[in-house]
Amino acid sequence: MKVMIIGCGRVGSVLANRLDEAGHQVVVLDRNQQAFRRLSGKFSGRRIVGNGLVEEYVRPTLQEEADILFAMTDKDNVNVMIVQRVKRNFKLERVVAVVHDSILAGLYKELGVETVCPTDLVIKDLLQTIQES
Amino acid sequence: MGEVMYVIIVGAGKVGYHLGSLLMAEGHEVMLIEKDRAKVDLLSMEFHDAIMEADGSTVEALKEAGANRADVVVATTGNDEDNLVICQIAKVMFLRPRTIARVNNPRNEELFAGLGVDASVSATKIINAVIQEQVKAGDMMIPLLTLKAGDIEIVEVQLTRSSHIVKKKIKDLTLPTGSIFIAVIRGEEVIIPYGETEFRPEDKVLALVKRTSEEALRKML
Repeated sequence: MKVMIIGCGRVGSVLANRLDEAGHQVVVLDRNQQAFRRLSGKFSGRRIVGNGLVEEYVRPTLQEEADILFAMTDKDNVNVMIVQRVKRNFKLERVVAVVHDSILAGLYKELGVETVCPTDLVIKDLLQTIQES
Repeated sequence: MGEVMYVIIVGAGKVGYHLGSLLMAEGHEVMLIEKDRAKVDLLSMEFHDAIMEADGSTVEALKEAGANRADVVVATTGNDEDNLVICQIAKVMFLRPRTIARVNNPRNEELFAGLGVDASVSATKIINAVIQEQVKAGDMMIPLLTLKAGDIEIVEVQLTRSSHIVKKKIKDLTLPTGSIFIAVIRGEEVIIPYGETEFRPEDKVLALVKRTSEEALRKML
């Protein structure tokens, strides 16, 4: 699969490494060149320095029939704006926004945006731990 | 003035601040939401209870500001992604308000419209429109006044020796439909034109013209 990841942070970089190891075609975009230091030395995908909100930086990748896009910068609002634009302008199988604010994540789900909420996942995990102990 | 509105403004930068002051002076109820404490402190003398410190792009903040009874929510921050989220939250969670967003990057205007923002305002676009008007004026016609929602204009034209209508009388001209000469300024003199009025190269002509006939009038002159 061809995957685009916007935001090479703690989570984005690990996701990129794993997908790359698994043999997928990965493109990582971050506005800060330094962020790519988080990628492993073996990473064979593409790195693009740029702003995910500006279409010029994502268009070349998405035009060549990417399958999935993950918007996972540290800013919720940036992520939901990116995915809403991409959904309107490109044909991808899945477009996913990482939204840390749990209420906001729910709201965008209602608007038909696929969201992953790390806060909800951590809470779910912690609650499960408590129940198991 | 119409009835009193409750307007929530997110972002107390220059745009948000002046908009809030204006609306309050007109008797409307206003709530400014600003996340920068320093800005809030600075404006609290003037806005008292009408300013609160919070991230306006969250459901909690808008709820606390009373978005449920707001007539309008205006997002004026310098970040388009924040302005979009503010308007979308307002639309989904608090069905009533009209949403207005400031668009910092004019290329986002179309996206905003497609995503349920009722109206967007782009300073870049407005200034550009004004510049375009001025450029058009450079090739002769200066719009002096725009009437009735932009449909009719009063324009001023400085004639030159090469103008087609010089040395011609009004009665011999066929004006484009939707246009009429209202005055001829010749030196210190203002002439109300009639059929026998003959144009001279130094004349300034004032005309009333429909937008749709502007181009035709421009060609004729």
